[in-house]
Amino acid sequence: MSTLHTVNKSPFERGSLASALAHALPGDAVLLIEDAVVGARASAVKTADLIKAAMPACKLYVLGPDLTARGIPSTDVVDGINIVDYPGFVDLVADHDKTQAWL
Amino acid sequence: MSDTKRFLYVNRKAPHGTIYALESLEVVLIGAAFEQDVSLAFLDDGVFQLIKKQTTTGIGVKNFAPVYRALGDYDVKKIFVERESLEERGLSEDDLMEITHEDDDEEDVSSVEIVDRARMAEIMAAQDVILSF
Amino acid sequence: MGYQWNGQDIAADEEGYLVDLSQWNPELALLIAEDEKVNMTDEHWEVVNFLREYYDEYQIAPAIRVLTKALKKKLGEEKSTNKYLYDLFPYGPAKQACKIAGLPKPTGCV
Repeated sequence: MSTLHTVNKSPFERGSLASALAHALPGDAVLLIEDAVVGARASAVKTADLIKAAMPACKLYVLGPDLTARGIPSTDVVDGINIVDYPGFVDLVADHDKTQAWL
Repeated sequence: MSDTKRFLYVNRKAPHGTIYALESLEVVLIGAAFEQDVSLAFLDDGVFQLIKKQTTTGIGVKNFAPVYRALGDYDVKKIFVERESLEERGLSEDDLMEITHEDDDEEDVSSVEIVDRARMAEIMAAQDVILSF
Repeated sequence: MGYQWNGQDIAADEEGYLVDLSQWNPELALLIAEDEKVNMTDEHWEVVNFLREYYDEYQIAPAIRVLTKALKKKLGEEKSTNKYLYDLFPYGPAKQACKIAGLPKPTGCV
């Protein structure tokens, strides 16, 4: 049983990302969408470290169109986070037993 | 019943400021008619939903806090509250309202179980469907 | 829609449920019952009063299966069957009795 966790709010605004990472189990995936993509930036050290700490166990993804919309270049995404497009989002949903949204 | 699924309602928002808590409760009550294996999880600010003695007369909104105590009548018997979320907010089990259901011997027993974060993660992983509020 | 009681306009929604629950009183209940073509007997009042007590305690109008279960405990087996309740309130005990009791439509009742 693996879960895809989606996070859609900025980690600078609320604790959803931290909570999602704290509850994700090894083998789960975490996908950052909408405003949460600002948390994928390597230049923001604190949130980048939070994500890096979770990465050995969980796979991290970020939705590319949401990065582009916010002017965040792929070069500023934390190493190891996979950038996916909308079909990639659909694949992630299909590849996991269930999806849990962290609002 | 083989078509019974495990449903977990995850509550992470404080009550009254937004509609999430009330919406969650209404979906739980409506969903109860489908006789599935239902659990409720309260973590992060969601733990504030279960605080005793909420009085909303001063803010002009309906106080739905007493409705949680009716959940047992709706056969919702598993309410998990995360210990770390309580502690981070300076709360303990004593601050939470009593929610009970009847066991097989018609005795009222508590529906609330305080679980740590690791156990909460396991509970989430064991579900078929998660509904987030 | 609304009710005329004692020279006052009592507001109700399009289905006849009171907008302001605090406006309820037993005479108004009789008026709503008349509209529903329900002739209120002691047995009807038992159910209506029970619903009001339940609402007072839990702030919710119980779904029918919750009502029957709770009534069984309070009034016994024979006064809690679906048949008994539908005989009293032919258009649905939860719906009709709640309306007469001045409560909102039961949650989960469509």
